[in-house]
Amino acid sequence: MIREIIGYGLIYIGIAFDFFGVLGLVRLPDIYNRLQAATKSVTFGTGGILLGIFILQGFNNFGFKAILGIIFIFLTSPTAAHAISHAAHRSNIKLDEKTVVDQYAEDNENKE
Amino acid sequence: MKIFRWILGIIILSILAYFNFFVYEGEIIFKLINVILFASLFVLYRVIFGPSAADRIVSIDIFGVLIIGLLAIIGLFYDESFYMDIALIWGLMSFIASLAFAKILERRHLDD
Amino acid sequence: MSLKNRSRMAVFFLSLLVWFMLTDITDLQEVILGTIVAIFVSLVAGHFLITTEKRHHIFRRIGYSLLYIVKFTWEIIKANVHVAYLVVHPKVPINPGIVKIKTKLTKESAMTILANSITLTPGTLTVDINPEKQELYIHCIDVHSKKIEDNTKDIGNRFEKILMEIFE
Repeated sequence: MIREIIGYGLIYIGIAFDFFGVLGLVRLPDIYNRLQAATKSVTFGTGGILLGIFILQGFNNFGFKAILGIIFIFLTSPTAAHAISHAAHRSNIKLDEKTVVDQYAEDNENKE
Repeated sequence: MKIFRWILGIIILSILAYFNFFVYEGEIIFKLINVILFASLFVLYRVIFGPSAADRIVSIDIFGVLIIGLLAIIGLFYDESFYMDIALIWGLMSFIASLAFAKILERRHLDD
Repeated sequence: MSLKNRSRMAVFFLSLLVWFMLTDITDLQEVILGTIVAIFVSLVAGHFLITTEKRHHIFRRIGYSLLYIVKFTWEIIKANVHVAYLVVHPKVPINPGIVKIKTKLTKESAMTILANSITLTPGTLTVDINPEKQELYIHCIDVHSKKIEDNTKDIGNRFEKILMEIFE
């Protein structure tokens, strides 16, 4: 009984944070901010869903696959975000008008 | 003007949440799946109207992580563990696709 | 045992563990096939996992890894509450910018883990790493100051001590 409450609670929380992350993908101004909000929230939300499924299922085949999924997401999702942001900055996509400082572009100009 | 659009969005989202959770008569898991499908609609908005190519790549990356959670919940409902296999393979393919798109955006070759 | 063979043993047991998580352990066929595949994988690509000697004992490193997981979970919960607050706020109060920080870590694996942790913690995203100069370029959603020392103290030092114990 208590196991079902904790498991379904984790699934509810995960879906709520998934929704917040996608809302951030729509509302925030430029690509770097969108990448931040979406990567953090969607990774945490899907991790929460898989952890809830592990608690509901226990130590069987399904639960172990859910654990593998958590490890996999937490390793790959930040790596993909890093690759996309690096590529976007290299291909001269402008930052938003609200941006205060850009030390990466300053250093690249000094090098060339 | 901005505050007016915010209030309009809150009203639309609360109407959708009311219909999903109180009017629609289905299993509780189908209600949760509907929330993830609404989130996928927002991701598709960013895919279609995104100002630059990098926004579309970010959306595809986030969509892959959302699909992992969706397949895990479907597998919990039918109590079959092979949905988790499909989810892991989908995540792997989505990660490799994001890295390849990032390299193409940077105008480098794949064996670089 | 030399370093290469130790690395191959570690890869063998890790790949066997992943195989048993994915399949049924009570079936004899699966066990035999998994052992053969794990031996093949560890002979072909086994010597990339452990390449340098570490300073501390293995039990001390495992203890610090558990401490790192607890701290990382706490930071990621804070990050998500922060993002949810920003997204539902009517005016979206952000103040973004790209800043540079310095790190004391030297190993490449440690710097990779540090960059991934920084991406998942509140308000920060790693844009580029410079391994020779030990510098990281970080996109902040809320910039407080433009000095390198202040940003290093704010962002990098949360995980640096624990990662120093684990990887160096």
